[in-house]
Amino acid sequence: MSVAKRIIPCLDVDKGRVVKGINFIDIVDAGDPVEIAKKYDKEGADEITFLDITASHEGRDNILGVVEQVANEVFIPLTVGGGVKSFSDVRDLLSAGADKVTINTAAVANPDLINEVTDKIGRQCIVVAVDIKKSKEQYNVYTHGGRHKTQLDAVNWCLECQARGAGEILLTSMDKDGTKEGFDNEILSEISNKLSIPVIASGGAGSLQHLYDAISQGKADAVLAASIFHFGEYSITQAKDFLRDKGVFVR
Amino acid sequence: MKNITVIDYGMSNLHSVIKSFQKVSNKKYKVCVATTNEDLKKASMIVLPGQGAAKSCMQKLTTNFPRLHEHILNKPFFGICLGFQILFERSYEDNGVDCLSIIKGSVNDFSKQISQDLKVPHMGWNNVEQKKDHAIWSNIPRTSFFYFVHSYYASAESKEDISSTTTYDIDFTSSVIKDNIFACQFHPEKSSKYGLQLISNFITWSESLK
Repeated sequence: MSVAKRIIPCLDVDKGRVVKGINFIDIVDAGDPVEIAKKYDKEGADEITFLDITASHEGRDNILGVVEQVANEVFIPLTVGGGVKSFSDVRDLLSAGADKVTINTAAVANPDLINEVTDKIGRQCIVVAVDIKKSKEQYNVYTHGGRHKTQLDAVNWCLECQARGAGEILLTSMDKDGTKEGFDNEILSEISNKLSIPVIASGGAGSLQHLYDAISQGKADAVLAASIFHFGEYSITQAKDFLRDKGVFVR
Repeated sequence: MKNITVIDYGMSNLHSVIKSFQKVSNKKYKVCVATTNEDLKKASMIVLPGQGAAKSCMQKLTTNFPRLHEHILNKPFFGICLGFQILFERSYEDNGVDCLSIIKGSVNDFSKQISQDLKVPHMGWNNVEQKKDHAIWSNIPRTSFFYFVHSYYASAESKEDISSTTTYDIDFTSSVIKDNIFACQFHPEKSSKYGLQLISNFITWSESLK
């Protein structure tokens, strides 16, 4: 028996408020991170990811307050990312109550950061977010929220992250993100099969079948989704029931 | 006011542990942090969380809390993750380290025992199978999901000590109960409603011990 496949809703946070049209009828304040996190916990979310998309430098400290408030009320693993640049950023988020921190651009710019966090705090708390896009010959890694193309090959980069001590890989297909066409299961399974650390699939979820495909074909250990849950198309409970009916081990 | 004392030896994030005990104890107890042996004297209950490696954990505990062993035997005690593993006789992490020998058995490396297809650390939600009828499991279904993060697993020798088991290719001891001690491999502070229920049960059970 293995460990349960995880379903992870992802919330975008701007200046301390959840944005991107959360659409729950039974929530009074749709921008309140605590209320939304509570709701997802109740529905059976296995973990919650907060992505800080605050553009301005001054607004960045808000995320610490959000993490702290949520961690005081919601007792499931919390992952936080967006704009994390240094070891002290990671440490501040963990002290505020995050269990894991995702790093992306900073990991590419300074891969030693992965080793530093792993050596000082342990590998379970560092998730490397890898944004990828297919070109003719390979999948390239992108940074800066998908604006900068690097020459890093997705598979090699994920292997390097693992060797440096990353605890998990959050793999986002930029080709699929926002399309609702399903995850890129080909590259997902290739990377998942080559790694010994868990891979979280992200980008493209449009239906419950897509979640299933990412697990069965893409060999994902967890699936992260935003819009299909936020807009109330499906609840986490429905997603779990669907996967369970298909024989997937879920909580 | 009675104290629930959480041991801080500088190796783990105490935020969620403290908040979960605060939430559950509902202001009936003061949740405080112990950094010295002196702090433990005042404790009504002791909580030992922990992440990281067993060797450095043991080193720090023996340096900062020389009388920890005695306190564990004499006060209601809740060990979590590494705070569970160090109760055994020996951990084989980092070429091996002697532990507190309160529970008979050892802590071993998953990667040497389980199928290559399974990932280590064992991270995520898995079933906890209760092996004892006990107040600690009150209002928690016999098989329930809890959240785990660990690369080494414990095997208790005596069936008497085993409170629950979990399967990750192999069956391992996921919690123990002995006299005034309850300790678990999983993280109740991250295990949603059943995790909070377990903490609440521990407090109730501790009160009955006096």
